[in-house]
Amino acid sequence: MDLSIAALLAQDGITNGAIYALLALALVLVFTVTRVIFVAAGEFVAYGTLTLAALQLGKSPGTVGLLVGLALCAGAMECVAAARRRSARLLSRRLALYVAAPLTLAAVVHFAAPLQLPLPVQIVLAVASVTALGPLLYRVAYQPLAEASVLVLLIVSVAVHFVLLGLGLWFFGAEGSRTPAFTHASFRVGGVNISGQSLLVLLFSLLLIGALYLFFERTLYGKALRATALNRVGARLVGISPNLAGTLTFLLAALLGAFSGVLIGPITTVYYDSGFLVSLKGFVGAIIGGLASYPLAAAGSLLVGLLESFSSFWASAYKEVIVFTLIVPVLLWRSLTTQHEDDEHE
Amino acid sequence: MSSILPRWMSAVTARHIALAVLLAGLAAAPLVAPTFWVTLLNYIGLYSIVALGLVLLTGVAGQTSFGQAAFVGIGAYVTAYLSTRYAALTWMPWLNLLLGLAVTAAIALCLGFITLRMRGHYLPLATIAWGISFYFLFGNLEFVGGHTGLSGIPSITFAGLELRNERYFYYLIWTITLASLWMTHNLLDSRQGRAVRALKGGIDLAEAFGVNAGRLKIVVFVYAALLACVSGWLYAHLQRFVNPTPFGLNQGIEYLFMAVVGGAGSVWGAVLGATLVTLLKTQLQDWLPRLLGRSGNFEIVVFGILMVVLLQKSRDGVWPWLESLLPPRPPRRIPAAGKLHVPERAPHALLLVVADARKAFGGLVAINDLSFDIRSGEILGLIGPNGAGKSTMFNLISGALPLTRGTIAFCGEAIAGRNAQAIARLGIARTFQHVRLLPTMSVLDNVALGAYLRGHAGVMRAALRLDRDEERQTTAEAAIQVDRVGLSAYLHAPAASLPLGAQRLVEIARALAAAPRLLLLDEPAAGLRYREKQELASLLRGLRAEGMTILLVEHDMEFVMGLTDRLVVMDFGVKLAEGLPAAIQADPLVREAYLGGVQ
Repeated sequence: MDLSIAALLAQDGITNGAIYALLALALVLVFTVTRVIFVAAGEFVAYGTLTLAALQLGKSPGTVGLLVGLALCAGAMECVAAARRRSARLLSRRLALYVAAPLTLAAVVHFAAPLQLPLPVQIVLAVASVTALGPLLYRVAYQPLAEASVLVLLIVSVAVHFVLLGLGLWFFGAEGSRTPAFTHASFRVGGVNISGQSLLVLLFSLLLIGALYLFFERTLYGKALRATALNRVGARLVGISPNLAGTLTFLLAALLGAFSGVLIGPITTVYYDSGFLVSLKGFVGAIIGGLASYPLAAAGSLLVGLLESFSSFWASAYKEVIVFTLIVPVLLWRSLTTQHEDDEHE
Repeated sequence: MSSILPRWMSAVTARHIALAVLLAGLAAAPLVAPTFWVTLLNYIGLYSIVALGLVLLTGVAGQTSFGQAAFVGIGAYVTAYLSTRYAALTWMPWLNLLLGLAVTAAIALCLGFITLRMRGHYLPLATIAWGISFYFLFGNLEFVGGHTGLSGIPSITFAGLELRNERYFYYLIWTITLASLWMTHNLLDSRQGRAVRALKGGIDLAEAFGVNAGRLKIVVFVYAALLACVSGWLYAHLQRFVNPTPFGLNQGIEYLFMAVVGGAGSVWGAVLGATLVTLLKTQLQDWLPRLLGRSGNFEIVVFGILMVVLLQKSRDGVWPWLESLLPPRPPRRIPAAGKLHVPERAPHALLLVVADARKAFGGLVAINDLSFDIRSGEILGLIGPNGAGKSTMFNLISGALPLTRGTIAFCGEAIAGRNAQAIARLGIARTFQHVRLLPTMSVLDNVALGAYLRGHAGVMRAALRLDRDEERQTTAEAAIQVDRVGLSAYLHAPAASLPLGAQRLVEIARALAAAPRLLLLDEPAAGLRYREKQELASLLRGLRAEGMTILLVEHDMEFVMGLTDRLVVMDFGVKLAEGLPAAIQADPLVREAYLGGVQ
């Protein structure tokens, strides 16, 4: 291996690592606020790319159908809940949020699809429609189980992953898609080619991370989420609704996922089942940060990206094995440095 | 003793009849059923074995694994590789079973050792990674055929008979399935089984009665992995072909679904879940492509949705509902009193000596150089207003918290720094301030958990039902302790069905079942009504009369006054006063602490 290959691999690793970092942030966020280990986060990535690819072809993406289905489900659940409470208070607001808004979005995407609008508009539509899935999924699948143990929530996540995976195959087919590059520019720095797309991925990742930082530091909602992550009961006592926190968290996670999908689309071919491996690599990064620390999770994800890219050079067939085996020393180190922790018991 | 026959006859219930019908049906199936159903039943058997392991691991111990399919893969690949290489040796598959089990145990031990010390979600995450790694590893290893796999695996020869026909193989599968079911059932109904259940109530509960929780979790994980391995061994010789696909993560997830759908709390839930999922899957694979006009792995959508709905509506799966159609299980017979081992201990006048004990949480000194002792045969009351540090002191003695400085000696042995489990071994038994019973387990079983350290039966002995003598003694002992606290009428009732006062008594009975030298009671009177307090006081007096030493942590002055021999009063982590109850009552310092100053 000479320096230029190493530089190329490093560039690849950092680009992928940036995507994993976005996922890792989403996973840490979801876990700390809702205790959900959100293994289905990767599906948002695949849906992001594939929705954009469908729009590129002028086809209405399957995401639209899923939005409609989930919105109707959530609406029905809200109506049942209101009937049980025997009060229609808040019902209209929630129906507007869970039913009217997603249905409107679905209609817009559906009718805009054949128009083959310019790329930036399509990106906005794709990201918006995938992002909207997040809160709806939380409402339909997780909110009724908000008090359940981490284990039950994890099983739900795996079930949600199954559902999204199967639907992804149905919506987008088994063939992979690539989306057009944002830019074809490339730069030569010290004898190494750096692609503009890689730089854009890095730039957008940093921008998103910066925006998240501002959101958590400067806005009331961001602070409410931080409070919930620190102490669920305490946050509830000062009037932060756990449902609101959950909904908002899933919105952010879906946004991060969808955006990652749009960023990764021009770099690799994405299949309906590509998301899971991406989110699991984000998980390895997140676990390096103990599922708690954002900076460590981001650093861990970069490490995963680099390890993956270098191992694909030396032993490409075993790159997944190598990446996932990394989790063993990481867990061992965490296991030896942490006290014997007790679970929340039932 | 009555004669054997009437007892045997009276023990036959509708449950036994249902079981007999089921077994007869299973035995007859390959003789009459069409091949399609025999094949299906073979797979249900194979899946049941894996799901049984998950019942123990997930349903009972509260841990989970998505990597069971990979352990199935280890069992399958070890035998596939070795028996195709040494095809001439007809006994090779049997040796491979042992080798596969050894490899599986080694991997499970490593994964368990690394993850099970940490919080519950690390094991599932690590097993996801393990499941994926397995798939990619075996898909790329040339010597096991990569993604194409290995074919031409010889069949198993049993007593000279080659099990080529799947109707014969059926009997091997179901013999092993039922044996695994029987073993797992036995294990759950044993000393170790109670300890495994206690894990779900929190590690500190299990450790307070001497259970090595970390070790037990690993044992359970290895047990589940070994069952999966056996299933894989059978699979390889049934299919006579292996490739990595059926051992991937998706199948691992499906195994977990089987256990959860059927009902992860019961061994029959595993078989039921495997049956339901397998039947549903074959139906869906038939119908969905026709419905959607496309072929693909679409049944996972239905499975996923069903799973979410099931978890939202009924977390216990289908089996509890089915079981409710059967007549209730007859209560366990209480054997005549046995002789459960009571550890021999030299008498000690000063049972516990606390000297200059100090506990600081960061800058907050909760216990400030406290000294007192407990004499053999007395009831010592440790009292003080809220926040005085009583519970912290209690946790220091019971080993739930480490000491910052000073010493605590029990029978002359320093115990500060030892964990709860080691302290339980020395003969200190405790109750919990917030009642910590296993809600669905009977009062009898809850109390029997207390006698954990007085038994010896390990997992293997329990699984093979060689522990019955000890179990009878334990049951007899637990019944005696329940009687001692006056709850004989509730022996078989689920613990959660009792009122709070009675639940506290169950906690005391559980502690007594450990045959302790020192009984630590953490606010036993909190939340009790007047009558219940009186009954509790008379029970404790009775125990003292039998020679029991008791440390009572309380803030209810009235309750301790008439009961204790001596009192130690704490406030803000320091000892305010020590002496006879009457003297304490008159002490102006104590009055001030309790009443906030008396003018």
